[in-house]
Amino acid sequence: MTSGQTLYDKLWNEHLVVQRGDGSALIYIDRHLLHEVTSPQAFSGLKLAGRKPWRIDANLATPDHNVPTQDRDKPIVDEISRIQVQTLDENCAEWGITEFKMNDIRQGIVHVIGPEQGATLPGMTIVCGDSHTATHGAFAALAQGIGTSEVEHVLATQCLSQQKMKNYLVKVKGHLQPGVYSKDLILAIIGKIGTAGGNGYAMEFAGEAISDLSMEARMTLCNMAIEAGARVGLIAVDDKTIEYVKGRPFAPQGEQWIAAEKYWRTLVSDAHAVFDCVVEINASELIPQVSWGTSPEMVVAINARLPDPSDCAEKAESWQRAYDYMGLKPGMSMNDVTPDRVFIGSCTNSRIEDLRIAASVIKGRKKSPQVKQVLVVPGSGLVKQQAEAEGLDKIFIAADFEWREPGCSMCLAMNADRLQDKEHCASTSNRNFEGRQGYGGRTHLVSPAMAAAAAIAGKFVDVREFI
Amino acid sequence: MQAFTTLTGIVAPLDRANVDTDQIIPKQFLKSIARTGFGQNLFDEWRYLDEGQPGEDCSNRPKNPAFILNQSPYDQAQILLTRRNFGCGSSREHAPWALLEFGFRCVIAPSFADIFYNNCFKNGILPIILSEAQIESLFQQVLACKGEKFSVDLDKQILTMGVGDQLSFSVDSFYKERLLKGLDDIGVTLEQADAIRFYENKRKQERPWLFQ
Ligand code: SF4
Repeated sequence: MTSGQTLYDKLWNEHLVVQRGDGSALIYIDRHLLHEVTSPQAFSGLKLAGRKPWRIDANLATPDHNVPTQDRDKPIVDEISRIQVQTLDENCAEWGITEFKMNDIRQGIVHVIGPEQGATLPGMTIVCGDSHTATHGAFAALAQGIGTSEVEHVLATQCLSQQKMKNYLVKVKGHLQPGVYSKDLILAIIGKIGTAGGNGYAMEFAGEAISDLSMEARMTLCNMAIEAGARVGLIAVDDKTIEYVKGRPFAPQGEQWIAAEKYWRTLVSDAHAVFDCVVEINASELIPQVSWGTSPEMVVAINARLPDPSDCAEKAESWQRAYDYMGLKPGMSMNDVTPDRVFIGSCTNSRIEDLRIAASVIKGRKKSPQVKQVLVVPGSGLVKQQAEAEGLDKIFIAADFEWREPGCSMCLAMNADRLQDKEHCASTSNRNFEGRQGYGGRTHLVSPAMAAAAAIAGKFVDVREFI
Repeated sequence: MQAFTTLTGIVAPLDRANVDTDQIIPKQFLKSIARTGFGQNLFDEWRYLDEGQPGEDCSNRPKNPAFILNQSPYDQAQILLTRRNFGCGSSREHAPWALLEFGFRCVIAPSFADIFYNNCFKNGILPIILSEAQIESLFQQVLACKGEKFSVDLDKQILTMGVGDQLSFSVDSFYKERLLKGLDDIGVTLEQADAIRFYENKRKQERPWLFQ
């Protein structure tokens, strides 16, 4: 057990409370993030059973899914949304859980604020009633999405009852070319292994191209591990991890920092660690990606033609259904598709670097008149503040983009921001499922650079030729 | 949680792969703070021809006659037969809540998304994994014989088709025990509260920065 452990093995062993005879285990949870959608039934279940939270200070909450992205000085107009957000406020107040409320500058998408606050630390176990909790794995934290029953379980016991997953390694050789980002990389990985490829696995990303990535780009990558079927995404600790965490509000200081850093440096897979599955990708050859269908595995390189269902008997039916829903045809080029709206935001791509990249693409240009609306939704109040300090908001506004308040927004359209029936959207979010961004809406997943370029060009273009 | 021991029910074939949780229960219904009321909105975008609103009475909405669950006798189905990677996407437990409220106690597929699979067990739904070939033959059988009933025996881990053919399936003992007895997971874990406290105290010593 001492040699040849993967990063996941190490994190699992470190948090093992009880190993049960039936193969399941109790693992201890260091951080529990909460938002308004998946927590109310957990809190009410807790109360109904006469139980109370095990450890208040492990919890951190914020409303994100339902919050409007404008007129935040007024109460939420949608009554059901308002009640849900109020319920989170009430539950947090009742138990004394720290919450960044809607108009707190620290409020934002739960997966953006964790790392931003240093509430996400290397070596932690992190859970949240949200599948994109995989994001936090970029910090070598064992982070996973859970259902509401498990939210209640973690609240009541500080543990998760589960079985160990298998180990998956995605090894990325080479270096990403300019104009190609970690979003393109993860879309290509999902295109290659499929949305069920990582089922049952914790997925570690390693290799030259991963070392190159900034922490924010790594978060984008781990964020979408779930779209590859893996509940957990992971990246080893290196200097960038340590640098990023340093000085953040919840991060340790002084002697504790020294002890923590020493431990964090061990959070890498051993040289001889054994993985149950290994996939290699060459980053150098990668071309910007765009999704054409209704599953994140339905992606193409921007310069490729859309695939022909008759070339793949196994998937022919689902591809045809996707073409019908999307109003597209095999053999088409994405250059022929006009996005009606563009969405730059979500826990995948709403951090300051994403906004800088988008702004750099559009600087001095204007939204195409063919595009009805471009929403730029920062991931948190602090991201928004930083962007404004750098003048990025002015660049967006000058290009006729809309600069909004932080939240999930049109990633899943639980608030007022949404697509109309049959509208196409260039979106930096993570899911292109039917109706995800609005009833009948058609989502195309892209990087922030590609989304920005599409907004200006009025069609999907290769951002490398556009800059 | 409701225990699951045996079940005999009509099998509804849903011939789609990668059915995601946004399809099982669209996001607008997630605004509810209750645990019930989701059954009428199960597969909302496929089941109805208009866009559903939360809190709305669905009895007068136009239904899509082509959708399997709108057809008799599948509107009474308790077993859902479907394709690979069922339940992918978000972690919303509203998905199994909606399935359960509609009447489903069992879903049979070649594979499930991890979080959904786990969420099923927490709600008394048995997800059964069979090979692609087995699933294919079950589809043929169910399509050939409308209203076909299957029987499931969790203890014996046996699925019996209407014609009497039997298939065995595997399920981890961890899940099986809980489901058979309808155990309260939290109660089971709290029996080990001392072990949790012991671990926590040790962790406070070793990794004090996590307890600031
Ligand atoms: S931004 Fe989208 S994917 Fe991320 S937590 Fe919010 S709704 Fe979920």
